Amino acid sequence: MGVTLSAAPGLFEPGDTVVIRSDSVPHHHRTPWFIKGKTGVVRAVSGPFHNPESRAHGGTGAPKRLLYQVEFRQTDVWGGVRAENRADVLLVDVYEQWLEREDSQ
Amino acid sequence: MTDNHDHESEHPGVQPDSELSRRARRAIAMRELLVQKGVVAAEEVREQIERTRARTPAHGSRVVARAWVDPDFKARLLADARAAVYELGYTLTHDAELAVVENTDEVHHVIVCTLCSCYPTSLLGPPPDWYKSFAYRKRAVVEPRAVMREFGLDLGDHVQVRVIDSAADLRYLVLPRRPVGSDGMSEGELAALVTRDSMIGVTSALEPSQTRVAASGTR
Repeated sequence: MGVTLSAAPGLFEPGDTVVIRSDSVPHHHRTPWFIKGKTGVVRAVSGPFHNPESRAHGGTGAPKRLLYQVEFRQTDVWGGVRAENRADVLLVDVYEQWLEREDSQ
Repeated sequence: MTDNHDHESEHPGVQPDSELSRRARRAIAMRELLVQKGVVAAEEVREQIERTRARTPAHGSRVVARAWVDPDFKARLLADARAAVYELGYTLTHDAELAVVENTDEVHHVIVCTLCSCYPTSLLGPPPDWYKSFAYRKRAVVEPRAVMREFGLDLGDHVQVRVIDSAADLRYLVLPRRPVGSDGMSEGELAALVTRDSMIGVTSALEPSQTRVAASGTR
């Protein structure tokens, strides 16, 4: 994958297994509902981006937050019955504040 | 009041405002308020619309064709898309970043923005209506193969489908597979094979036989 836009150190690196926080937050955020609570693998660190959770509410988006590309198996997101092909995956851009280590659950 | 005109009957070509959707009326009201309050000038709004409309998928097609003929450019494109497209004279709008993902015989990427309609407009122009539709945004993540079949692409089970949900300020462009039978075609002819939809990933690039250039035999 050629999505490595920054070498800035983050909490996670490619290959790490992560769980997406399942918090329900009152403000705008960019984490799709269908990956909340799901387990995936970091595929790329895409670099620092303005924080949309601040910008959507009149903020500047600072400080920037690291964005990760996280890969989920279709079967893990939708269940084995609904998945069209067991090898297919879903790649979602997720900000660092939504990621947790698998063992911290 | 004998000179009171009946505007609707005298100007049948002019649609009354009631024909506009609520959202369209809201957008006009917001634009007028922003201009009235001096936040933007009417001329700036017009210029931005002109700039937005000037962008077309032809820009993306040129990038893909270059990547097909120039392996070094392709490597740069996959590693740092912003810098690579700048080599061809294209600058990205706003502060969105760009990533390019490559489709191969084994892996097929398709792009969706389930939250709204994020899209690499700098290279593809404004997104098509279907890309913004709830139906596409819901179905592309759940049953991408069924969606692609409706676009005419039936991928075998040996191909892994990788759906990318572009949920942030990172835009994705698909580098489609170079079609079989396109050897020896010029960069310009190759660009004609690269459709907008193939750069979203819902279809493949055209086969040479599907374009007028190849059919007429012009080189």
